[in-house]
Amino acid sequence: MSQTTVYDKLWDSHLVKQNADGSALIYIDRHILHEVTSPQAFEGLRIAGRKPWRLDTNLATPDHNISTDPTERAAGVAGIPDNTSRIQVQTLDDNCDHFGIKEFKMNEMGQGIVHVMGPELGATMPGLTVVCGDSHTATHGALACLAHGIGTSEVEHVLASQCLVTKKMKNMRVTVDGVLGAGVTPKDVVLAIIAKIGTAGGNGHAIEFAGSVFRDMSIEGRMTVCNMAIEAGARVGLVAVDEKTIDYCRGRKFMPAGESFAKAAEYWRTLVSDADAVFDTEVHMNGSEIAPQVSWGTSPEMVVPVTGNIPRVEDQIDAVKKKGVERALEYMGLEGGAPISSVAVDRVFIGSCTNSRIEDMRAAAAVVEGRTVSDSIKQALVVPGSQMVKEQAEAEGLDRIFIEAGLDWREPGCSMCLAMNADKLGAGEHCASTSNRNFEGRQGNGGRTHLMSPEMAAAAAITGHIVDVREFTGDQS
Amino acid sequence: MKAFTQHSGLVGPMDRANVDTDMIIPKQFLKSIKRSGFGPNLFDELRYMDEGQPGQDCTHRPVNPDFPLNLPRYSGASILLARKNFGCGSSREHAPWALEDYGFRAVIAPSYADIFYNNCFKNGLLPVILSEQQLDVLFAEMYADEGYQLTIDLVEQTVVCPNGERFAFEIDQFRKDCLVNGLDEIGLTLQSAQAIKDYEKTRAAQQPWVFGAIK
Repeated sequence: MSQTTVYDKLWDSHLVKQNADGSALIYIDRHILHEVTSPQAFEGLRIAGRKPWRLDTNLATPDHNISTDPTERAAGVAGIPDNTSRIQVQTLDDNCDHFGIKEFKMNEMGQGIVHVMGPELGATMPGLTVVCGDSHTATHGALACLAHGIGTSEVEHVLASQCLVTKKMKNMRVTVDGVLGAGVTPKDVVLAIIAKIGTAGGNGHAIEFAGSVFRDMSIEGRMTVCNMAIEAGARVGLVAVDEKTIDYCRGRKFMPAGESFAKAAEYWRTLVSDADAVFDTEVHMNGSEIAPQVSWGTSPEMVVPVTGNIPRVEDQIDAVKKKGVERALEYMGLEGGAPISSVAVDRVFIGSCTNSRIEDMRAAAAVVEGRTVSDSIKQALVVPGSQMVKEQAEAEGLDRIFIEAGLDWREPGCSMCLAMNADKLGAGEHCASTSNRNFEGRQGNGGRTHLMSPEMAAAAAITGHIVDVREFTGDQS
Repeated sequence: MKAFTQHSGLVGPMDRANVDTDMIIPKQFLKSIKRSGFGPNLFDELRYMDEGQPGQDCTHRPVNPDFPLNLPRYSGASILLARKNFGCGSSREHAPWALEDYGFRAVIAPSYADIFYNNCFKNGLLPVILSEQQLDVLFAEMYADEGYQLTIDLVEQTVVCPNGERFAFEIDQFRKDCLVNGLDEIGLTLQSAQAIKDYEKTRAAQQPWVFGAIK
C-alpha cells in the first residue's frame, strides 16, 4: 500500500470490523492496568458475569497511589497507612489473582510506573495496539505502537472483548529538523511543540513525530516526547521504527527471541510512513532554535524559554487568552514581565512517566554531582520510574550522588506528579518538576508547578531558583 | 446504561477555557473503588474553601461564595455551559461520574478533549458541541435570565432556547444510537465474537510473537 502513514498501517492491521455507522471494532494487543482506574471495571465484569477475553495480553502493577518512602514501602500493602489507598492497592492484587492477570506487585522486581514498565519489560512491541486507563499511554508510541489512554468503561470493554469501538483519528505530523543545542533535551522539544500548537492543537489527531531531531533521539527520549502528546490534545503520539527501535527491543523479558525476533523485526521495519503519505495537518519546527523550556502558568501550553520573561496580561490580544493569563498569574503568584529565571522554587521533583528512566536519572545526577542542594529547598525528590531503573541507577552509584548532594532517593511510583500519595506541594509552594501537568492543584492543593527537563530541575535544586542549565554547567550552545 | 433522548433543565456555568479533569475531580477522590458518590466533590478545589478529603461529609464544609455553581440561582442545574477544550488532561472517568452524580445530564461546549468526550457517552452524559458564537449567546441569555432553562433533544439533535430559537448539533451516529437506546456496548461488541476470533486466528498465523508473550 502506498501513501499511508504509520498510524494508517497500525489502524488497518487491527481492524476487526468496520461498521456501517462509521464506528469500527479495533483489536487490542496489550492492556496495562493499575490500581486507580481498574477497580470499577473489574466490578463491572463480575456484575455481568463476564471473564477476561484473553489473559496473555494483560499486565498490571500498582503505581499511582503507593508510597515512595522506603520505610513505608517496606511494610508492604498491609502497612499502607491510608485506609482508602490500602484498599485500592489490595483490590488490584485481589482482582489480578482472581482473574489470573499477570501483575508485578508493589515491591516486586518489574513493578514501576505503567509507562516505564511496559517498554522496559518488552511487553510493548512495535506494531501493537496498547491501551491503559491512563492518558499518558501515548508514551508507548515511541516504539511505533498505536497506544492511547482509555476510560474505565473501556478498560472493562477491553477486558471483556479484547476490542474497542472507536473511530479513526486524523493524521498530524510534527517535523522537527536541525540539531538540538547542548543542554536541550527531549522534554524541551515537546514543551516547545505544546507551546506552539496549544493544548487542544492535536485534538482528534494521532501525531507522528518526524525529522532529524527524533531520528537522533534515544528511544527513552522519544518516550518523553510521545508521553506528552496528550498535553497537546492528541491521544496518540508515535515515532516510526528505525534500527534504534529494533536494538531497544532486543533481549527484553517479554520480547520474542532468536528466529522469532528476526521475523518480528522484519515486520517492524515496515512501520514507517510512506514517502508520499498524506497528513491532515503538518507542523514544522527547527530544533536548533529550541532553548531549555519552563512552564510559568497552569496549562502545559504556558511555556517560555528559560531565557525569556513571564507573559504580561496587557500583551494578550485574544480576550479568552487574556483572562487565562490573568488567572494563571494570580494562581502562580507571579508578576508578568519578570524573567522566568528569577522564580524561586521550594521543592524539586525528578520523576514521573515523562522523565524517570535511567537516562533521566543519569542526566540529573551529572548536574548535581559534587554539588549541594540549596538551603532554601524544602525537599528534592528523585523517584525512579521502576524497580529496574532503581536497580540500574544504584548499580551505577547514582543514588549515592543524589543522596550526597542532599536529594531524597525514593521507591518507584507516580509520586508527586499527581500527588495521590504523601508526596505533595503545600499551598503556594513552587516546584521545579519533570512531570507533565502544571494544572491548578495537580501536585497538591494550591501548589505551583514549573515543568522542565531533569537537567533543569536538578540545576534548580542546587541554586534554589529556576536557572538556565547551560549557564550552570558551562555548556553554552 | 441510562438512556438519553430528551432533557429539559436548569442551566449552570463553568465559564473558563481548558477546564481539566483534575479540576473536575481532584486526585484524592480517585482512591475510591466505587463508581458513585463523586458528586459532592465535583470541582472540589473551586467549590470549597478547604481541602476536601475522601469520605468526608461535605454538607458542613465552607463553600466558596465566588464559585458560580454555589449561587442559589444555579442550584439543581442539570445542563452545564462550558468553554473550549473542556475535560482536558487525565483520562479519569471519575470526571463524568462526578458530573453525572452531581446531577448534570448534559454539557454544552465548543470543544472537548477526546478521552473525556468518549467517557461521557459511557455514562449517559451528553456532551453537546455548539460553536463559540452560539455558546456566547447561551452564556449571555443564562446570565441575564435567572431560572434559565434549555431543552436538549438528542433524537432531533437540537438545543432549544426558551425563546424558541433552536441550535442544531452534530453527533456520531453510533454514539447517538447507544445513548438514545441506553445500549450495553460490551454486549454489542460480544455479538461480533466470531469476527474477533477469526481476526485472532489470522493475526496469530502472521505475527505469532504477539500472542502468548505475557505469562
